[in-house]
Order: sequence, then structure tokens, then C-alpha cells
Amino acid sequence: MIEVLFYILSTITLGTALLTIFSRNPIHSAIYLVICFFSIAGHYLLLNAQFLAIVHVIVYSGAIMILMLFTIMLMNLNKEHEKHKPKLIIIAATIAFCLVALVLLAALLKTKPVVESYYNSGTDFQSIKVLGQVLLNEYMVPFEFASVLLLVAMIGAVLISKKEKQKA
Amino acid sequence: MEHILKEIGVETYLYLSALLFSIGVFGILLRRNAIIMFMSIEIMLNAVNLLLVAFSTFHQDASGQVFVFFSMAVAAAEVAVGLAILVSIFRNLGSIDIDNLKNLKG
Repeated sequence: MIEVLFYILSTITLGTALLTIFSRNPIHSAIYLVICFFSIAGHYLLLNAQFLAIVHVIVYSGAIMILMLFTIMLMNLNKEHEKHKPKLIIIAATIAFCLVALVLLAALLKTKPVVESYYNSGTDFQSIKVLGQVLLNEYMVPFEFASVLLLVAMIGAVLISKKEKQKA
Repeated sequence: MEHILKEIGVETYLYLSALLFSIGVFGILLRRNAIIMFMSIEIMLNAVNLLLVAFSTFHQDASGQVFVFFSMAVAAAEVAVGLAILVSIFRNLGSIDIDNLKNLKG
């Protein structure tokens, strides 16, 4: 039962990721990417990381993809005017993809005997309570730095995208 | 309900993440549209996040999930600044095809 669910979710993830890359219209790409992110949130739920699944949906599907859709619509890109690419680029990209996938999978297939089987000790390690304690005790300094990073990114985004004054 | 890692093992997540990461690399190499390249970067980041969560569950350690929080924060900051740069490029050049960005070529 749970196995079937995993394979359905994986098919959706990989299929929509490929459709994101191949669709000519950027808006369609964004919609497929939203579906891909939702299926990854489903994977998090299967792994019993509920809080992370909710945060993933809020941050990725909610914030990042809305930002991308706004940018696409701001630039009026919702039509297919990408130039025809030379055949060489397509062939080179396909060969590179096949090689990367081959090397990664071949390297990972060898790890199978090393990985021991899963053993559940029954301790609570991924409820919101435990995660909050780990985040604010062990990882206090990176947490503060993340807030500084977000502040700087916000200021930078406003500064960069601001319209420059026309010089007379 | 039995646990997912007992049923299919953590190595299936390794294969899924590797394939997802390769798809992201493929998108970067294939497309010339800067926004689609951004989306491919997001796909690669998500592949790594998925693997972090899978191994965090496998080792029953909360640190992996905390790492995913930080990686999400960095991804959000990256997209905000990157899209601002794209808007600025679009204002100056009228397109976001990265083949047009060769003013420094001389």
C-alpha cells in the first residue's frame, strides 16, 4: 500500500520535473513545478516529517512560485518566442544528462550492501517540539544568521529592481 | 501502518534524488530562458532536500531537518535576489535570453 503510494508520487515528481524543463510556455513550466513541489511535500509526509511538509508547501508553492509567476507576467513572457536552438546544444545536453545520471546511479548502486536496514527505536525526533528545541539550542547562531540573510536579500531585491532615475 | 523506509529502503530515495538532480542539470544545460534555469536550480535544491530528510529519518536525527530549514531560507533569498536581477536585465535588454548577455565579451 505505502509502496504503491511512493511509486505514484515518484512518477509524478519525475514526470512534472521533466515537463517543467520541456514545456515551451514559461507559465506552464511554473504550474508543473508547483505540482512537482506538492509531490515532494507528499514524500515528506510519507517520511513522517509533517512540519517540514507544511513549511515546504508554504515556502515553495506559496512564496517562491508566486514570485516566479509574478515575474513571468511582469515581463510578459507568456508566449513561446524562444529562438530555435542549434541541434548541437540539444545533443550535447542530452549526452551530459545521460552521463550525469549514469555516473550518479552507478556510484549509488554500489552503496546498497553498505546501507544497513532501517531500525525504528521509537523515540520522538521530528515533532515540532523537538525540532524547535534543536533549532533554538544547537543551531541558534545559524538561525540568527538566516534572519540577517533574509533581511539583506529583501533590501537587495528592492534596491536592484528599483527603477533608475532617468538622467536629463 | 508500516514505515516507508522498512518497506522500500533508503536506497530508493537515493536513486530518486539522483534522477531528480540530473533532470535539474539537464534543464540548466538545455534551456536558454533564465527563468526556466532558475526553476531547474530549484529542482536540484529540492532533490538534495529530499535526500536530507530521508537520511534524517533513517538515522532518527533532527539535525537533517533543521538543515533543510536553512536550505529553504537560502533558496528563498536566492530566488528573491535572482528575480530582481532578471527584472533589471529585462529592463535594459528587453529579453531574458542568456545568449544576449555577452556585453563583456569584447
